[in-house]
Amino acid sequence: MPFFEAFRLAIQTIRAQKLKSTFSLLGVFVAVSSLIASCSISNGVNRYMTEKFAQTLYGVNTFQLRRRPMFTPNVPDSVWRAWARRPRIRFGDAEAISKGLTVPVITAWQSSDNVTVSYGNKEARDIDLTAASERYFDIKNLAIAIGRPFTGEENRSGAPVAVLGEAVAKRLFSDRTPLGKSVRIGGVPYRVIGVVEHQGSILGFPLDRFVVVPALSPAQNLVNPPGILDAFLVKANSDVEMREAISQAEGIMRSRRHLRPKQDNNFVLDTSEGVQRFWAGISAVLSTVIPGIVMVSLVIGGIVIMNIMLMAVAERTREIGLRKSLGARRRDVLRQFLAESTAIATVGAGFGILAGIGLTVLINKLSPLPASVSPASVLGGAFMGAGVGIIFGVYPASRAARLDPITALRQE
Amino acid sequence: MSAVQLFRTGDTPLPDVIILTHKLTREYDMGSELVRALRGVSVQIRKNEYVAVMGPSGSGKSTLMNLIGCLDTPTSGEYWLNGQKVSDHEDDELARIRNKEIGFVFQTFNLLPRADALHNVELPLIYAGLSARNRRDRAVHALERVGLADRMDHKPNELSGGQRQRVAIARALVNEPSILLADEPTGNLDSTTSQEIMGVFAELHSQGQTVVMVTHEQDIAAHAARVITLRDGVVATDQAQAA
Repeated sequence: MPFFEAFRLAIQTIRAQKLKSTFSLLGVFVAVSSLIASCSISNGVNRYMTEKFAQTLYGVNTFQLRRRPMFTPNVPDSVWRAWARRPRIRFGDAEAISKGLTVPVITAWQSSDNVTVSYGNKEARDIDLTAASERYFDIKNLAIAIGRPFTGEENRSGAPVAVLGEAVAKRLFSDRTPLGKSVRIGGVPYRVIGVVEHQGSILGFPLDRFVVVPALSPAQNLVNPPGILDAFLVKANSDVEMREAISQAEGIMRSRRHLRPKQDNNFVLDTSEGVQRFWAGISAVLSTVIPGIVMVSLVIGGIVIMNIMLMAVAERTREIGLRKSLGARRRDVLRQFLAESTAIATVGAGFGILAGIGLTVLINKLSPLPASVSPASVLGGAFMGAGVGIIFGVYPASRAARLDPITALRQE
Repeated sequence: MSAVQLFRTGDTPLPDVIILTHKLTREYDMGSELVRALRGVSVQIRKNEYVAVMGPSGSGKSTLMNLIGCLDTPTSGEYWLNGQKVSDHEDDELARIRNKEIGFVFQTFNLLPRADALHNVELPLIYAGLSARNRRDRAVHALERVGLADRMDHKPNELSGGQRQRVAIARALVNEPSILLADEPTGNLDSTTSQEIMGVFAELHSQGQTVVMVTHEQDIAAHAARVITLRDGVVATDQAQAA
């Protein structure tokens, strides 16, 4: 019996037993759709992490001089305590690095804390107040939607001017223009001079709930003691220049802190690499866990198919006996039942692929996870589905093929 | 009966002998005891004979039928079918012999319930490897031979018992087999329909078809030109009778 015949027959049988077939392809369906959905999430988050997340947090070709890393997952208490004992970053450190670097860079000071911003009787709570110098907007790639950023002159003179994040502007001013209005930041009056473009969110965290003021303006006292910075941001023109700048900054800081050659740095020169490395770690875990889950559901799906096929063989023993009496060889019967299990599994995988893509679209719409379908998972799903059908179909099919025609024909 | 070849091991049957069994035995090991279903059956059936095999249950007629139908292999002895010694054939070769040389008609029809008459008749041709078009033409022709040309697209459950058995006969004929091998072909039919089916057999026999029929009904066996009776695994009687 040629393959085409076998598959035609398989499709006929599946169509004739719709309910049973639906159940039997459920396992593969679930396996393949979960494979595609989870690969889509991992794929999407991966791209997001490397393309957007790191750069939103750090900026392109940018490093930050800090007391401790900004992104600190799973740090033991002892390390935290060691970090807390480190000296803080001072204005003087930032100035020394600015003067000492020989590669062209732009730099900014940054200190942040959460405050309440109010206008009249309206309040925006839990707003990220950033006291920064004027190039902060360039380094963070924050485009101004209306108004303007503050100038270097305003920064140095500590002018009480503020640039609002979009969410803050909306909360306090609805649709009216905030420009020129006086808001109170932690109780200190500030004049609004600009609003930053909509930034959206990152993994569910809103990015528009902030206000930026000059580093030396009155609110600096709300975020840090005098002369202290959270971070000194340095942006170079390229990755190579950034690395050069990092090593120069390291030298400058070590000599300022009088560190002996064998002593570790008591500061960090933080880049997006840390985040990336962390994500790579999660990604590696996911890429072992996901296949594990998928394998388990594929095996379950395969066992379901195997059972259904064993039932089919038992139910159709007479048919098998008849076919053999009419001249079907073992391999014809084998092929017929293999085609059937493979067809069931492939159809299940096909629906699974569709459902997986549908799930990806849903996840994208309804959750903060940036899912994106990975073509490899679609291909893998299709092959795995068919493979499961073949592998788990072999046993029932070979049982059918080995049936003795006389006994099979006598079966009631 | 014309002269029967005195067959010895090592001989080849005469060209017009379709079926030749020589000292055929079949034993089943049932664990505690050895069941000797056939104890040395030697029969010769020529082209275009119409033979009924009779015998009480346990006489070995089903075993002989299975051996003649190449569904089983003998414990010892020889079985020649249409010039080929099939008693030492392997599984796949036997399948090919069943496909090419034997047309089975069963008591319970054994039609595929989901397939229409035409597809049921096509079935052996699928295993013969014929093209779809070729299969259809030959299946249509076979259904015409049994007078069911107008029921080709009917499923078995839309057909009467007699019609179902005709479909089964068409299926048996479609590969133009050397023998039509019928196992209690009227066992599930009423007497009128049985006569009708016997009419079909007679018609096919008159067209040159060799027919071997296993039955325990005397009046059905009466349609055959020769009756072989088995008892306790051996041939008890073998006689020609007037049609």
